Amino acid sequence: MAQNDTPSERISLTVNGEPRQIAAGASIADLVAEIGLDPAKVAVEHNAEIAPRSQLAQIALGAGDTLEIVHFVGGG
Amino acid sequence: MTDTATSSVDTVSDDTWTVAGRTFTSRLIVGTGKYKDFAQNAAALEASGAEIVTVAVRRVNVSDPKAPMLTDYIDPRKVTYLPNTAGCFTAEDAVRTLRLAREAGGWDLVKLEVLGEARTLYPDMRETLKATETLVREGFKPMVYCVDDPIAAKQLEEAGAVAIMPLGAPIGSGLGIQNKVTIRLIVEGANVPVLVDAGVGTASDAAIAMELGCDGILMNTAIAEAKDPIRMARAMRHAVLAGRDAYLAGRMGLRRYADPSSPLSGLI
Repeated sequence: MAQNDTPSERISLTVNGEPRQIAAGASIADLVAEIGLDPAKVAVEHNAEIAPRSQLAQIALGAGDTLEIVHFVGGG
Repeated sequence: MTDTATSSVDTVSDDTWTVAGRTFTSRLIVGTGKYKDFAQNAAALEASGAEIVTVAVRRVNVSDPKAPMLTDYIDPRKVTYLPNTAGCFTAEDAVRTLRLAREAGGWDLVKLEVLGEARTLYPDMRETLKATETLVREGFKPMVYCVDDPIAAKQLEEAGAVAIMPLGAPIGSGLGIQNKVTIRLIVEGANVPVLVDAGVGTASDAAIAMELGCDGILMNTAIAEAKDPIRMARAMRHAVLAGRDAYLAGRMGLRRYADPSSPLSGLI
């Protein structure tokens, strides 16, 4: 039974320290949208490098990538 | 920066201060932590008259992306957000945090604090200096939390700190200005603004810092943990203005004995 040629192959990522899966070929912008975040209010670090907001749609995600998505919260 | 006590200030609004080319009227910077909710925080900010708020950079809650955000209550287009590195214990973590903050907010004016230990939250000056140098190389304008040490303050200024922010007492302690002598020495030696950061507990502490010639004060807990934070925010606004005016007015000299205020001649 050939089940391995499903159209939506998924890859595993670590987002804010937690495992997550996304469709292969997705960009950072796709991930941000899938989570439900407003890209104008967050900053993204992709494999320890800043991902500029203007390029979120151009940066493709790979299996095993580590992402940090942060925003401003109350603090002293 | 020291001002001459003889400069004439006609109105409070004439009295501004400038950090990294940005000019502000309010000399009070308030934190946005420890409040009951965002609405109380916004109301306290309004009452304080502050034009700058410190904010922290933290992971978004991926499982609750629609949770209310600080930016929904305090508009970053109206109030200057000063990203802070509170909670960072190494230069590397602090720089990483501020790179993300710059991407999130798009500005380069930041507050650096690199802590040495959890018990006292005293700054680690070796890491602080290292982080200051890196940030300046990368085009940031760091306002830097530091010990109340005039030599350390000078070294930070030489490294490119745009403001020196000595502690008055440990963060969140409310103990007031513990060493007026060193705060004053820092003010006298600095060519960039000096703001007391941490330790203020009540209005008189803020007035004391301003009377020493500081350019401003940053506080959070003193307002957020007051029984009525909004009223305390207003008290702090008045205290900063009063302390500043007293500094500019030039206080009377101290005497060891009494000096009557009424004339001695013409006594019946």
